[in-house]
Amino acid sequence: MSVYIFIDHSEGHVKKASLEALSYGATLASQLNTTAEGILLGTLSTDPALLGKYGITKVHQAAQESLNALDSQVYAKIIADFVSAAGDSILVFSNNLSGKAVAPRVAVRLKAALVTGAIALPDTSKGFVVKKTVFSGKAFANISLNTPTKVIALNPNAYSVKEGEGKAEIVPLTATAPAPKVRVVSATAATGHVPLTEAEIVVSGGRGLKGPENWGIIEELANLLGAATACSRPVADAHWRPHNEHVGQTGIAIAPNLYIAIGISGAIQHLAGVNRSKVIVVINKDPEAPFFKAADYGIVGDAFEVVPKMITAVKKLKGK
Amino acid sequence: MKILVCISKTPDTTAKIAFTNNNTTFSGDGVQWIINPYDEWYSLVRAIELKEQDPSKVIHLITVGAADTEPIIRKALAIGGDEAIRVNLDTHDPYTIAVQIAEVAKAGGYDLIFTGKETIDYNGSSIGGMVAELLDLPYISLATKFDLNGTTATVIREIEGGEETDEVALPLVVSCQKGVAEQRIPNMKGIMSARTKPLKVVEPVATQPLTGIVSFELPPAKAGVKLVPADQPEELIRLLHEEARVF
Ligand SMILES: Cc1cc2nc3c(=O)[nH]c(=O)nc-3n(C[C@H](O)[C@H](O)[C@H](O)COP(=O)(O)OP(=O)(O)OC[C@H]3O[C@@H](n4cnc5c(N)ncnc54)[C@H](O)[C@@H]3O)c2cc1C
Ligand SMILES: Nc1ncnc2c1ncn2[C@@H]1O[C@H](COP(=O)(O)O)[C@@H](O)[C@H]1O
Repeated sequence: MSVYIFIDHSEGHVKKASLEALSYGATLASQLNTTAEGILLGTLSTDPALLGKYGITKVHQAAQESLNALDSQVYAKIIADFVSAAGDSILVFSNNLSGKAVAPRVAVRLKAALVTGAIALPDTSKGFVVKKTVFSGKAFANISLNTPTKVIALNPNAYSVKEGEGKAEIVPLTATAPAPKVRVVSATAATGHVPLTEAEIVVSGGRGLKGPENWGIIEELANLLGAATACSRPVADAHWRPHNEHVGQTGIAIAPNLYIAIGISGAIQHLAGVNRSKVIVVINKDPEAPFFKAADYGIVGDAFEVVPKMITAVKKLKGK
Repeated sequence: MKILVCISKTPDTTAKIAFTNNNTTFSGDGVQWIINPYDEWYSLVRAIELKEQDPSKVIHLITVGAADTEPIIRKALAIGGDEAIRVNLDTHDPYTIAVQIAEVAKAGGYDLIFTGKETIDYNGSSIGGMVAELLDLPYISLATKFDLNGTTATVIREIEGGEETDEVALPLVVSCQKGVAEQRIPNMKGIMSARTKPLKVVEPVATQPLTGIVSFELPPAKAGVKLVPADQPEELIRLLHEEARVF
């Protein structure tokens, strides 16, 4: 039994969430006294052998350029065919957008138990039990996977990347790819910005900022910290900010190391999307704002006075 | 053209999360149940809009759940849709749910199957992909826009770090999120007509669950907020740098 990790990439680069999945899979493999191996569909701009430093011994690569665009039906067939030929296995995906498209299909093809949103290594003392987030981060569930082959989709930012030494062997994966039924007309990358789900730091603004014209301080603080920007739902609904910045129960769920909430009240639906952040900082002029109950650090004050001073302090710290 | 909309029942977004039976069961005490927001706001409404453009379309709703899901299904019918099917099975195993939906879908010959992005309680994000694989259909995950031109769909979906526009011939499975449609409130006419719309109950096909819930846990309580005076933001930055070490 081996551990296989799906390598998610775009524009030639392996996603950070996928490096986390590789590190998770490698640790799991050593716990189970087996090997961790990567599955790569398509091509990278760097040598895939270098992924060995994340603990995998082999990269099974189907190097057709046509596979660089992810088609869930095509991917699922190739991956499931490969894994079923290999025998009982554990498959690890990142529970990012790519993983959500492919992992459920692969699990069905293999008739394997699937857990999505995993946040910890399996507990194998009694069966095979994986902890996952439920109720939008407000609780966890321990799920037992009751089939010989198992599929785990690991939440982004739940497991840290572990980098060591090592080179992986590249093994060609001969795949008979079915013709894709989905035609990709165009793809646009939101370039120039840190993607929200991959960001280590997120600076977020709410209705307390009064209008889109005041977002300069949010962006400046975010730029200085190498952070992504986010917002509350009413802010996106009012078109002050684009919809893809909306975090919360009905928006994107994130788990950065640091979440700075500025002028956001901390409604339960907002917290549902950000409560897995490691450190939460709240800037709000109302001492009764519910967000302070979920915060690690806070300032009761006017954002328009406090944030510019934070910017100055960060500049000083970074020697700018 | 026939559209199948998958409807699930979830606790209200403000529900208190608590567990009973030695932390093995979600405590429904005092909980108000709602239609999963992704199903109600986006996939159902988009299906209704498609029918408004072309009244020959038929919309069926499906839920896999016990009799207590019926108020939810009636509410969904009040928003729109022609009839509903309830598969009489209470389960949280995603594979089992997907098998039930796929069985109904096979028998009904649907051209389009909509699911929500995820259920807000179990956060699986997996039913759509599973149903697609069981039916060997293409699957567009996490759509933010959905249009039909005859029997060809044009869909915008969220991908890692951007978005992608796809074209695909029906039949097709799509999971919907924000952008696909705007939330609608049921009107009086809808509520009245929902009472008489057919709600068919079918018994499940036999399947073995592949997963089980062993237990639930609540996250550890926060230690409490450390407040910094408003005139000392530089002290906050120092704490974040030296104590929390987040940058
Ligand atoms: C089913 C459902 C789903 C929802 N999903 C989401 C979701 O996914 N994400 C989400 O965000 N919301 C969601 N909501 C909405 C949520 O309930 C809140 O209404 C919303 O989060 C409030 O946004 P806000 O904090 O920006 O605005 P407000 O609640 O208006 O808060 C503004 C805050 O700014 C503070 N403030 C004002 N001026 C200043 C100043 N000068 N300096 C500092 N602070 C200031 C105020 O004290 C206040 O606390 C959902 C609601 C429902 C019913
Ligand atoms: N019990 C169910 N009955 C019908 N549809 C469901 C059920 N559970 C989930 N779904 C559908 O699948 C979507 C994704 O759910 P999940 O994969 O469980 O997060 C939901 O938004 C629903 O559209």
